[in-house]
Amino acid sequence: MSILNGKKVIIIGDRDGVPGPAIEECAKTAGAEVVFSSTECFV
Amino acid sequence: MDLENQRRVKEFAEQYGPENVVVLLGAAEGEASGLAAETVTAGDPTYAGPLTGVSLGLTVYHVCEEEVKAEFDPAVYDEQVGMMEMVLDVDDIASEMQSIRDEYCKYLG
Amino acid sequence: MNAVIKGAGYALVHTPDMVIHNGTTQTTERIVNPESEYLKALPDHLRTFEQAVAYYPNQTYIGNLTPDELGAIPAPWNEQECPLTSRYGKFGQIMPQEEFLLLMQACDVFDLVILDAAFVAEHKAALAANEIIDDSIMARIKDGVAPAEIEKAVNEEHAEGLYHNNKLVGAVKRAHDIDTNLSAHVMHENLASKASNVVAILHAIKNAGIAKEDVEYVIDCAEEACGDMNQRGGGNFAKSVAEIAGLVNASGSDIRGFCAAPAHTMISAASLVAAGSYKTVIVTSGGCTAKLGMNGKDHVKKGLPILEDVLGGFAVVLGQDDGVNPIVNLNILGRHKVGSGSGPQQVTEALVFDALDRNGMKVTDIDKFAGELHNSDVLKPAGGGDPAEGFFKVVAAAAIKRGDMEKAAMKTFVKEHGMVGWAPTQGHIPSGVPCLGFVREDILSGKIKNAMVVGKGSLFLGRMTNLFDGVSFVVEANPGKKEEEKGVSEEEVKSLIAKALKDFAAGLLAE
Repeated sequence: MSILNGKKVIIIGDRDGVPGPAIEECAKTAGAEVVFSSTECFV
Repeated sequence: MDLENQRRVKEFAEQYGPENVVVLLGAAEGEASGLAAETVTAGDPTYAGPLTGVSLGLTVYHVCEEEVKAEFDPAVYDEQVGMMEMVLDVDDIASEMQSIRDEYCKYLG
Repeated sequence: MNAVIKGAGYALVHTPDMVIHNGTTQTTERIVNPESEYLKALPDHLRTFEQAVAYYPNQTYIGNLTPDELGAIPAPWNEQECPLTSRYGKFGQIMPQEEFLLLMQACDVFDLVILDAAFVAEHKAALAANEIIDDSIMARIKDGVAPAEIEKAVNEEHAEGLYHNNKLVGAVKRAHDIDTNLSAHVMHENLASKASNVVAILHAIKNAGIAKEDVEYVIDCAEEACGDMNQRGGGNFAKSVAEIAGLVNASGSDIRGFCAAPAHTMISAASLVAAGSYKTVIVTSGGCTAKLGMNGKDHVKKGLPILEDVLGGFAVVLGQDDGVNPIVNLNILGRHKVGSGSGPQQVTEALVFDALDRNGMKVTDIDKFAGELHNSDVLKPAGGGDPAEGFFKVVAAAAIKRGDMEKAAMKTFVKEHGMVGWAPTQGHIPSGVPCLGFVREDILSGKIKNAMVVGKGSLFLGRMTNLFDGVSFVVEANPGKKEEEKGVSEEEVKSLIAKALKDFAAGLLAE
């Protein structure tokens, strides 16, 4: 069963890992609806 | 996790129903991934934000985990994230994420 | 005309009481969870001044230890006994809180800072003995007030308390009754930034061996904003700092760009010098009280001392080409564009590889890279990893993706072309620039020929754009004007002799 297809996706990226907008691009290709995308910064 | 982000996660879970929401993380290492995953499942472990004591049990994955990676367009993943597999300790991240999911996720298929 | 780096100054200010009263992790906790175990345990985890001084990363910041020497010491460094105990180093100093509170008062020109008269009397001599504090600054120190006046200001007039050893010794008053931009909290934050900036700039001037009168322009690149309700970020920290430092011939302005600001500012300053607009420009910044103890919860939870107990400051003096000092090469600039994309690979292409490609250079042509030089002691226990090392890995990974490097070479690349981080997590302070003092020395000594400094910024924190940001520049060895002149003159002599001989021969033939 698909994890992402048809789901509402919340993205919490990391500026020193994978930032939000990059994850967003991926999630869209899996049939998910991105409802929120953010990037965290530890520093 | 940032307090504002916690508030938004809580609102979206209420708005769409927690079973319809999936959280994707991009944290830089295992422990941070685990903490963020714990926040959106069991509640804020730092007792600071709106998710303190709120166990949403949301489905949560790190973007580099095989299960979700398999659902992305490989070319887009490669362009946007692929390189980071050389930088991040993906195995450590995946095992942290798995243990949090096993314990706290309520809506896994 | 090239711009050269004539010298740099680095300052840390140990402010343990500001960790408790002004760090946002703590002020937030006091609002949402006033009875928390963390706030109760916090004071027991604060370091003494001597402990903060005898700490390898701080000793590296002021120049008593090189990054290579620090890298050879096993981390975590807070577990290591550090035999270096001097508060002064060749690049600057670590200032204790009592001297700093007096300096904050000296930096206030609106009668907002009041200090306990007994506290002033006790510590005035110590500030006067500070090697970079001169009579012009000491003349600004007031005698102080009675304790009752301070208590009244804090309890009844919304002033921000100034504490030392957990005792109220002064206050920063609000500068306006209703304008939140001039609240006591904001004035405290801005005066702390200004005062720590003054320490750094005075060291930079001393280290560069220039006269204060030589400085024509100062650019501040901190993360604070000063202004009132009609122009919240109006500025100008730079000129206010230049005034206290006695730079009578300087004007100045502020450049902002989150943690990327120091790199943006270095490029602007080098361009101003290269264009001939100003002969000597200083890039400078003070520290950030809000970030004190930012990861304190994790440090306390893991039984560690609060490692984010210092404000950071730095200043770099740029001047016209002297044929000796390292050059800021304005032909090798990297910049993250609006259309660059936000994936780590696209970001790295924009910041590092585009600039190298344009100049026909390979990644290994750069001897040293400097990204975010955060002290890993601070971030690892908080789940923040090691951003300094992470950046070099990202550069290597991008090079591998491009086919410029074998995967097996990643480890050696990180070791040979990177460096460990040592700067406190003060946002803009760790962003590439802490390396400039060492890079200048290593280029002058011939140890390295160049270094690329990369600054990155989290613009999304301002909620104006989700875009990432960053710029990079390269510092390289000066080819040496004098040698060049000598070379040219030798050539000229040869051609003159040849011409004379030809003329002579032509003359003989004519006869």
